[in-house]
Amino acid sequence: MSAIDWDLVRSSLWPLGRELLRGTLPLTAVSFTLGLALAVLVALMRLSGNRLISAPARAYVSVIRGTPLLLQLFIIFFGLPSLGVTIDPWPSAIIGLSLNVGAYASEAVRGAILAVPRGQWEAAMTVGMGRVTTLRRVVLPQAARIAVPSLSNTLISLVKDTSLVAVVTVTELLRQAQIIAGQTFEYFTLYGVAAVYYWVVSLVLSFGQTRLETRLSRHVAA
Amino acid sequence: MSTPLLEARGLVKSFGANHVLRGIDVQVPAGSVTCLIGPSGSGKTTVLRSLNGLETPEAGTVRIGDVELDWAARPDARAVSRLRGQSGMVFQAHNLFPHLTVLDNVISGPVFAQGRPSAQAQEEARALLTRVGLADKADAYPVQLSGGQQQRVGIARALATKPQVVLFDEPTSALDPELVGEVLRVMQSLAADGWTMVVVTHELRFARQVADQVLFLDGGVVVEHGPPSEVLVEPREARTRQFLQRLLDPL
Ligand SMILES: Nc1ncnc2c1ncn2[C@@H]1O[C@H](COP(=O)(O)OP(=O)(O)O)[C@@H](O)[C@H]1O
Ligand SMILES: [Mg+2]
Repeated sequence: MSAIDWDLVRSSLWPLGRELLRGTLPLTAVSFTLGLALAVLVALMRLSGNRLISAPARAYVSVIRGTPLLLQLFIIFFGLPSLGVTIDPWPSAIIGLSLNVGAYASEAVRGAILAVPRGQWEAAMTVGMGRVTTLRRVVLPQAARIAVPSLSNTLISLVKDTSLVAVVTVTELLRQAQIIAGQTFEYFTLYGVAAVYYWVVSLVLSFGQTRLETRLSRHVAA
Repeated sequence: MSTPLLEARGLVKSFGANHVLRGIDVQVPAGSVTCLIGPSGSGKTTVLRSLNGLETPEAGTVRIGDVELDWAARPDARAVSRLRGQSGMVFQAHNLFPHLTVLDNVISGPVFAQGRPSAQAQEEARALLTRVGLADKADAYPVQLSGGQQQRVGIARALATKPQVVLFDEPTSALDPELVGEVLRVMQSLAADGWTMVVVTHELRFARQVADQVLFLDGGVVVEHGPPSEVLVEPREARTRQFLQRLLDPL
């Protein structure tokens, strides 16, 4: 008997692909966008000279990075209701993933901001820019280039981490593969197709990363 | 003598135990060129950066036009940025914004900081680029320019906010020797146009030809100051003579 049931591969392509498009990719896009905004905020808080501002940011990063994402999802979805806070599956998933991206990406953003030479801040200040304008017009555009490789890794990890939200009853690619496999008992085939889907998405993102890096380093000396 | 445009009194600044400025006085009349010379580490850069608040002296006052700051009174960020707005600065390492075109570098102050209309700022920026001989480089990025061209863009960027005083920190020290002249010539022509300039430099010929006064710094004090024909030609102080001697004959 063959390990791969090719008819099942063909017939499961669309059911799995649909959950990739409906579950995995939107979860990734929304969580990454929210997470990135959070990361910039947290990075700026951590760079603040005021400890009342930097300490909570540091604690947040420490807690999120120091505990499993799976456990964080459990707490949000199953734990919070006992405190009287009930959140639907999709929002729970997005909150969990965004908080996670925010913590990891904030370290990359912070490093990238610190890597922009002091002279850039000073030049911006001598032409009259304040701190906010300097950040927006001078520092963050340059930090973005520096942070791209690291943020790309965060994004690719996120695609795969979305598979964990099956535990809060959100259907996405992996959950759909489990459901079909449970009905057909063709575990190898279904999980194999799912793996190929994740892999292809990662490849596309890596390709996009290379293109973006080339584009952003246009104006930088080698 | 009428009131100088820029006046600093009693500037004091330490980095830890290193007393870098020990009471510096500088007076710069409007439309004049002041050159700061002195050995490496004598505090020239720190003086310049105290004039625009990139450094925070512990004591002393700085006045440019009618904006005055008393460093001993620990001025807040607003007050410092008000003083900073009175001057422009040209850095040794140009510090151009690498992600912006030459034109956008020049309009960055007027548009991003002063909020002036972009079209008008662009027109003025193109005139400034013509002024420094780079009209055809408006759309280039800094990395595509030579060191001398980058520094001339730096000058145009510093002039674009229409400062009362332009501060130059060794603007030619990082350049290959053959590129020094193009930058000094631009500065000479700015001086001829009546810009008020304070220039840290080791270019003695430039100082002799262009400066109205020269200040010789050593050990955080102004050892000697006066017209270049005195300080550079017939210095009164032995330390000045030694320094000039070493500059003229490094071996
Ligand atoms: N940010 C700083 N931190 C510590 N020491 C500094 C700093 N900037 C300058 N110094 C010290 O102050 C002294 C004067 O420096 P500077 O003003 O740059 O001299 P110059 O421009 O005449 O070479 C030097 O001893 C230098 O090491
Ligand atoms: Mg210096």
